[in-house]
Amino acid sequence: MEIKYKNSSGVLIVYLSGELDEYAAGISRTVFDKLLDDNLNAKKVVFDISGLSFMDSTGIGMLIGRYKKLKNFGIPVFIAGASNGVEKVIELSGLYHIMPKY
Amino acid sequence: MNEKNTMKINFLSLSQNETFARTVIAAFCLPLNPSLSELNEIKTAVSEAVTNAVVHAYPDCAGEIEMTAETADRKLHIEIADKGVGIENLEEAMEPFYTTRPDEERSGMGFTVMQTFMEDVKIVSEVNKGTRVIMNKTIAIK
Ligand SMILES: Nc1ncnc2c1ncn2[C@@H]1O[C@H](COP(=O)(O)OP(=O)(O)OP(=O)(O)O)[C@@H](O)[C@H]1O
Ligand SMILES: [Mg+2]
Repeated sequence: MEIKYKNSSGVLIVYLSGELDEYAAGISRTVFDKLLDDNLNAKKVVFDISGLSFMDSTGIGMLIGRYKKLKNFGIPVFIAGASNGVEKVIELSGLYHIMPKY
Repeated sequence: MNEKNTMKINFLSLSQNETFARTVIAAFCLPLNPSLSELNEIKTAVSEAVTNAVVHAYPDCAGEIEMTAETADRKLHIEIADKGVGIENLEEAMEPFYTTRPDEERSGMGFTVMQTFMEDVKIVSEVNKGTRVIMNKTIAIK
């Protein structure tokens, strides 16, 4: 998985691409958290997952983990661009209730 | 009408083998001409079962995972087995959002994903002997 980001006028967009599974989560968690720590001045955060070709329940856990971290700083989180396959896993877990579609 | 086909692989419980297992199952069921959506569901279900074996069955060592699959006509049959710690309470484990590892950012959705994406899912497990996940799916005629 690849992580890129853009911070413009208070909106931090984090672009995730590739495959998000246990392997990818394990090696990218630290990078993801560092990126968020560096941008805690953001008014809101959008996870743009349009580049994700695959995600399983480990991805759900990882996104919720980052959500909890941002929630502690009062920063709302949104999810954008889920592909059909990824969308099914997201809907099953009710993720949009805490991180609305952007 | 597809003639019967079978396959069997063994691999170590390393998380890097999740992609490997997904790719193998996708390639194996390709002759049944699954849709992209069916293919994604099959890959995701396999990924869940393999991840569980990697994370839960062998918590602090690398053990053996076996994946077998069979296709006959439009039916796909998959079994993923480990010889790990096993599951004490199956009913509880299969409930949505139930996880024994909330500290590790687990959501407890793995079994629910398997049950949603496959036609039927059966788990056979014995403590300290291991766990076998048995899943079936019929690929629709296009
Ligand atoms: N192969 C296995 N060996 C031992 N225990 C298992 C195995 N598979 C599942 N379990 C147990 O069943 C529970 C539920 O599994 P499930 O996949 O639904 O959720 P999870 O793995 O905890 O979280 P997630 O899949 O969302 O990351 C696990 O927490 C674990 O205790
Ligand atoms: Mg799981």
